[in-house]
Amino acid sequence: MIPAAFDYVRAGSAEEAVELIGQHGEEAKFLAGGHSLLPLMRLRLAQPSVLVDIGRISDLSYIRDAGDHVAIGALTRHSEIEHSDVLAQHVPLLAHAASQVGDPQVRHRGTIGGSLAHADPASDLPATTLALGATYVAQGPGGTREIAAADFFESFLMSTLAADELLTEIRVPKMDGAGWSFQKFNRRAQDWAIVGVAAWRRNGAAGVGLVNMASTPVLATSVASALAGGASIADAAEQAAAEADPTADLNASVEYRIHLAKVLTRRALEAASA
Amino acid sequence: MTVTDSPTTTGGVLGQRLLRKEDPALLTGEAKFTADLAIPGALHLALVRSPHAHANITSIDTSAAAAMPGVVAVYTGADLMDAWGAPMPCAWPVTEDMKNPPHYPLATESAKYVGDGVAAVLATNDTAARDAVEAVDVTWEPLEAVVDLEDSLADRVVIHPDLGTNRSYTWDLKVEAEEGAVDRAFADAAFTVSERYVQQRLIPMAMEPRAVAAVPQPFGGDITLYSATQIPHILKVMSALTLGIPEHQVRVVAPAVGGGFGSKLNVYAEELLCMALARKHAVPVRWNETRSENAQATIQGRGQIQHIELAADADGKVVAMRVRLLADMGAYLQLVAPGIPLLGAFLYAGVYDLPQAYDFSCTAVFTTLTPTDAYRGAGRPEATYAIERAMDALAAEIGVDPLELRRRNYIQADAYPYTAFTGLVYDSANHPQGADIAADLADYAGVRQRQTSQNVNGATKRLGIGVSSYFEMCGLAPSRVLASLAYSAGGWEAATVRVLPTSKVQVVTGSTPHGQGHETAWSMIVAHKLGVSPDDVDVLHSDTAISPLGMDTYGSRSLPVGGVAVAMACDKVIDKAAQIAAHQLEADVADLDFAGGAFTVKGSPDRSMPLAAIAFEAFTAHNLPDGLEPNLEAQVSYDPPNFSWPFGTHMCVVEVDVETGDVEVLKYVAVDDCGVQVNPLIVEGQVHGGVIQGLAQALYEEAVYDSEGNLKTSTLAEYMVPAASDVPPVTMGHSVTPSPTNSLGVKGVGEAGTIGAAPAVINAIVDALSGLGVRDVPMPASPFTVWKVINEARAGGSSDATDAAGTEVGDHEGVTARTTVGGGGDESTANEENGSTS
Repeated sequence: MIPAAFDYVRAGSAEEAVELIGQHGEEAKFLAGGHSLLPLMRLRLAQPSVLVDIGRISDLSYIRDAGDHVAIGALTRHSEIEHSDVLAQHVPLLAHAASQVGDPQVRHRGTIGGSLAHADPASDLPATTLALGATYVAQGPGGTREIAAADFFESFLMSTLAADELLTEIRVPKMDGAGWSFQKFNRRAQDWAIVGVAAWRRNGAAGVGLVNMASTPVLATSVASALAGGASIADAAEQAAAEADPTADLNASVEYRIHLAKVLTRRALEAASA
Repeated sequence: MTVTDSPTTTGGVLGQRLLRKEDPALLTGEAKFTADLAIPGALHLALVRSPHAHANITSIDTSAAAAMPGVVAVYTGADLMDAWGAPMPCAWPVTEDMKNPPHYPLATESAKYVGDGVAAVLATNDTAARDAVEAVDVTWEPLEAVVDLEDSLADRVVIHPDLGTNRSYTWDLKVEAEEGAVDRAFADAAFTVSERYVQQRLIPMAMEPRAVAAVPQPFGGDITLYSATQIPHILKVMSALTLGIPEHQVRVVAPAVGGGFGSKLNVYAEELLCMALARKHAVPVRWNETRSENAQATIQGRGQIQHIELAADADGKVVAMRVRLLADMGAYLQLVAPGIPLLGAFLYAGVYDLPQAYDFSCTAVFTTLTPTDAYRGAGRPEATYAIERAMDALAAEIGVDPLELRRRNYIQADAYPYTAFTGLVYDSANHPQGADIAADLADYAGVRQRQTSQNVNGATKRLGIGVSSYFEMCGLAPSRVLASLAYSAGGWEAATVRVLPTSKVQVVTGSTPHGQGHETAWSMIVAHKLGVSPDDVDVLHSDTAISPLGMDTYGSRSLPVGGVAVAMACDKVIDKAAQIAAHQLEADVADLDFAGGAFTVKGSPDRSMPLAAIAFEAFTAHNLPDGLEPNLEAQVSYDPPNFSWPFGTHMCVVEVDVETGDVEVLKYVAVDDCGVQVNPLIVEGQVHGGVIQGLAQALYEEAVYDSEGNLKTSTLAEYMVPAASDVPPVTMGHSVTPSPTNSLGVKGVGEAGTIGAAPAVINAIVDALSGLGVRDVPMPASPFTVWKVINEARAGGSSDATDAAGTEVGDHEGVTARTTVGGGGDESTANEENGSTS
């Protein structure tokens, strides 16, 4: 429970952060809220040689109404998302999903950018922003680029971010009054979901994101297609695992996860349609 | 002389909900735990632990580690063999032929579980020590792990080759009115059930992990051991024996201790290593356990396979019982591990009137897993689980309501004191009354009615209610009884009560609190006896230099043994004070009354002398009766004449989502009777914490190992200790049936909640799912497990059709919610971890 030795530098701006990470190479890691990285370091499962602390770059913490979407700074804490009036009005699914992350302590330290960049398929926000069709903004040595959430998650804990890129902003389309539901199934309130489903529905359109159903967060496109094709919720929910490839662990077998994904998708869509 | 204690009913000290004296220091962070102690110059110990469950040590190269910055020394097990006067102790050789492999603080030839220490690093700081651990190069020859009890029993792989077997012992208890009574009863029975239950291994997970600091004196060889322990007194004796040093040179101090639950009722390698290395290097040596080490290298609890068979007559009256246990000792025998399953041997008949037709046998085996030992309830939760689950199975077999079956079998209130089939005398109880209170608080009849409408064909959420009635055999124990069980120590407790010249009172107790609230409770007992304010009582404990005599805290023994000793010491103080008062007041002792902290001459209320004045007289000794020693203090070593027998009935109402397997506890009712309550606030805290711990076994916790003996739940992310948000409120009721065996009428309460809870929860789940053909759900009843059980039941041919009528749950003649006495309605939420005895 004591990390291996590491060096620590603090960045004052996004530009400086990118520069520092470039100087220190592959073994350097960004440190934001620390709620994914530090536990791994304490167990010595991660042993970065340098931590570039971006936690005090205050201009990366904001929630702004940007017309057709809400722009969220990467260093915005989960609790700020949970309690944001802008998000409550325009993207209530994300605000609610943020309220389900960990426990109050975690939500006061953890950041949305950290959660997405960590690319943990068991985390709540990657699948939720995926279901919402979000776009992420990354800053690298050569400037900024936009990455669609659907193109961001590559494999377990791996994203398409380059080692010297910093996630700076998350752009989430407004939900325009869509019905929504977030079904998080776990044993203890502060745990990762055994399976989670983030769903919204508006007129014929729908989006369903699955938590912990593959090595990456999953966009359940077959469910949305089935609904668009006129299938009942129950029939569409049967497609929930079509894009999934879950693994077994102490809390679930593959079969149980697939079963839960279907049940929870059905319940989520029913709630979103109510 | 007539002595009047402060009243126990109203207006007196006993029974008041006094806030705990201990809490301000704990809540403000002032309390110092072992790891908080500032010890200048201390070296830090870290252990190289086996990554294999079973492996020979081919070689250990310590050179790289020894060369690292800050490292003072690195020792292998072989390097330290001359430091030990004896192997680590097992104080409970339950049979003469019990197999007990030599167990030293560091393994020398082979490791027997993941976490077994094989080398020790000493460094100037903790970080350097832990870095160096990674540089110790051990060459291993892995051997096959033994993780399954039945596999162990087959001796396919013998873990300790010198023993020739994995079987440590077999212990039998057969009680028959006449030979063959059990077999005949089963042959003649109208109903029988035969059940198999698994008590999963649990990790105690005290909030404070273990911590040790050994501080040697520069000259003379004295050494002080600070340890997060429940048992400083036992540890003093055992560490002296193990190290081969004179006992009087060892002082053991338990600073603030953050929970134990039995896990700190032991003599651990790290304690002995710190002492040995502190002596060797002549400097303090300390060690702080990490959470992951705590999961691997601190004892675990439970770990049993239970077979229980009941025979009942046509009325459902249980007439005979067979029990076969297979108990997991882990890799070695820890301090009292062999006796733990046997503490349950006397409780398999629970609160029921079983005739002398009982056949019990327990076989204990070794595995290549972390050693087991006492964990909250220690053998008694296991026994209660088996009988309370089996009673529900019997009720289902007969087709009678489970509560009604219990009523038919309860030992009736007028039968107390009751001599049980084992010969043990149960002191006092009233089970039907407790069941009435619980049924009322849980709305038992109402839930049964709701089931008929809710648990219909196709229902997603099914309602269930579970009952558990229990006895807690506690106060361990009359020393002669312990002798008959081959326990290597007595069951007494010591107390000293000292009235200081300014009339403040010092109490020295041999009970060792680690969260229970002894300081508050003992102060209240003294206030009750001596008529002083509880604020004027100071309780000294947990340091063998201050409290040289004691048997420490476990087994819900503190109040019925240690607390009673305090009361008895107060009586002796009053007796001595009476002689001084009689002398001063020129009266006969026989003519004095003592009440409210003052002596008065009978019939002359103006001739009075307060205890404060007597204390000062005793101190100055200017005018004492001839031959009377100065000072006002008394010491008592009290050996209880019997166990104490708290009891109760718990009920749990659940709703099970049959689509997901999720269990929601809608209501939990605990009705407990621990005799006279000194402080109901503390009683409720103990019950509450205990219930949550039992509920956690039922729903959440399990130490999961893979087939190679690797612990898969070594952090709190995987090991499912529930948090406040995950557990239901506990509705508490109580009755008060004083114990006749001690002057306070008290019984223990530390383990009651844990003993009652697990079977109530599982019975409720099985009840909810009975319409689907489910008869058993293993612990912990995680959603995944419950889902599998439902699937298996459905695949097994049962279907919703069987419960369409709902008859087996709806038909419950003789069960009504009755008006009750003594039922409380206090609800508290689950947000405190109360320390408890094991």
